[in-house]
Amino acid sequence: MKQVVCVKQVPDTETRVKVGPDGKGLDPAGVTWVLNPYDEFAVEEALRQREKQGEGEVIAISLGGPGVQTTLRNALALGADRAIHLRADGTSEPLAVARALAAELRGLGADLVWFGKQAVDDDQAQVGPMVAELLELPCATAISTLALEGGRARVEREIEGGREVVELELPAVLTADKGLNEPRYASLKGIMAAKKKPIEEKPASLGEPRLEILALELPAPRKAGRVVGQGVGAVDELVRLLREEAKAL
Amino acid sequence: MSILVFIEQRDGRVRPVSKEALGEATRLAGALGGPVVAVCPAAADPGLAALGSAGAERAILCAHPGFAAYHATGYARAVAEAAAAVAPAAILFGNSAMARDLAPRVAARLDAGLASDCVALAAEGGKLIATRPVFAGKAIQRLTFRGRPALVSLRPKAFAPVERPGLSAAVETQPVADDRSFARVRVTGIAGAASGKPDLTESEIIVSGGRGLKGPENFKLIEELADALGATVGASRAVVDAGWRPHADQVGQTGKTVSPKLYVAVGISGAIQHLAGMSSSRCIVAINKDPEAPIFKVADYGLIGDLFEVVPALTSAVRRLNAQHV
Repeated sequence: MKQVVCVKQVPDTETRVKVGPDGKGLDPAGVTWVLNPYDEFAVEEALRQREKQGEGEVIAISLGGPGVQTTLRNALALGADRAIHLRADGTSEPLAVARALAAELRGLGADLVWFGKQAVDDDQAQVGPMVAELLELPCATAISTLALEGGRARVEREIEGGREVVELELPAVLTADKGLNEPRYASLKGIMAAKKKPIEEKPASLGEPRLEILALELPAPRKAGRVVGQGVGAVDELVRLLREEAKAL
Repeated sequence: MSILVFIEQRDGRVRPVSKEALGEATRLAGALGGPVVAVCPAAADPGLAALGSAGAERAILCAHPGFAAYHATGYARAVAEAAAAVAPAAILFGNSAMARDLAPRVAARLDAGLASDCVALAAEGGKLIATRPVFAGKAIQRLTFRGRPALVSLRPKAFAPVERPGLSAAVETQPVADDRSFARVRVTGIAGAASGKPDLTESEIIVSGGRGLKGPENFKLIEELADALGATVGASRAVVDAGWRPHADQVGQTGKTVSPKLYVAVGISGAIQHLAGMSSSRCIVAINKDPEAPIFKVADYGLIGDLFEVVPALTSAVRRLNAQHV
């Protein structure tokens, strides 16, 4: 089975966001870049399926500037067999990224194409299902369980008040939610091996943009609150304030 | 020009997010041009004429037996076909689990831009401007669209529905062709029976617990307070990672971003990724024994103390209040 995992490099979740000089994007100064947390679950699941079947190939793809090769090396260190870097400058909108990935995926013939359910930077949660539509593949987003059998996948995905059970025919696109598995850490042996694994580099074919970013702003800071008091003795005052002042009860 | 609104139904009931989207469509119709047209893939009409009172002038029913449950490819094709017939300036979705699966497919099919999880929309000079949180709310992005239609999904609870009593929508039917896609993917059921509680993202009140609770068994205290308040239970990343609570409960950057009327943080110190996910709540209460905890910087009301004493006392006080107001 051939699996492709599409990964994105994002600022670490501990990042304090500062607006860059153009007023439209993140100021990259001092940012630590990591593999998107949801993509970790996608990489892990692809590796587990390969291990379970005892054969197959896992290919990691990422789109972006030269820096994303660090993230691809990380995926290789975790256990991916090879990587593809689709070169693009600056940030790209979801549909453009989806077009570039779809163009690459058409030639790869993957049985499963993996994504994280969303990237924790722009939070658009679009590229996975867009790629599925462009390739006319079945897709399930934000899955938390997976069972593969006889060319079909059975997954569960969280919906409001329950979990939807979906059956799909392979080839298919899946996007991973937290809870799907417990991602491994890269071993020293894996990190050493990753240095010798190939990263193929080629230009991304993004196409025409459909979105135009106007501004990135910081939210208005919350007004300073107050400490109502200490211990059980302050509970009645808290309830009174919630009722009479905040009108929240 | 018109505005198309995706109507989400489950088990024949139209979901509240869709009425919020209709409400916003009526507000935009003046600037972008009306009418407001609803489109609903379903096995049978869930009562679309009644959506007139929620702002729809017309409603397109895409009926197919395969639409008894959600079907991504079939729904995407139906909505895209309705868009081709109506040529809307914009297509609005309520940002639910279904829309997160569906809207990107529709956008790709129409080669159109999509802005997910918007908290405000405006029309300026005939262009739609969308405002949406990024980095789980650490920053706000404003964007516009090149070409039509503009697709947007709206954060639950961020937009108000409208009430237009007595009005009804003109319902028309759009045929749905059979194809192989129905065999390639299908929803076979819903697991984890509904608790009756709303999803975190759709809750008015949330009580969240963190590591201060010391163990999963102590979440009973959080559940009791939540019951008294009519609230949904949330959790910090630390306790989800420790396996005390399911991921569905997690609030923050790798969980859910929430904006309830009241958010009560119990034993949560306030890591930056947690604060990102809940800082847009209208009123925040923090209960923590550490007066230096960062959560107090965003809390409207802070209570410093041992949660094992304070929370049961608060639960009793809320119950007394409820008893007075029966």
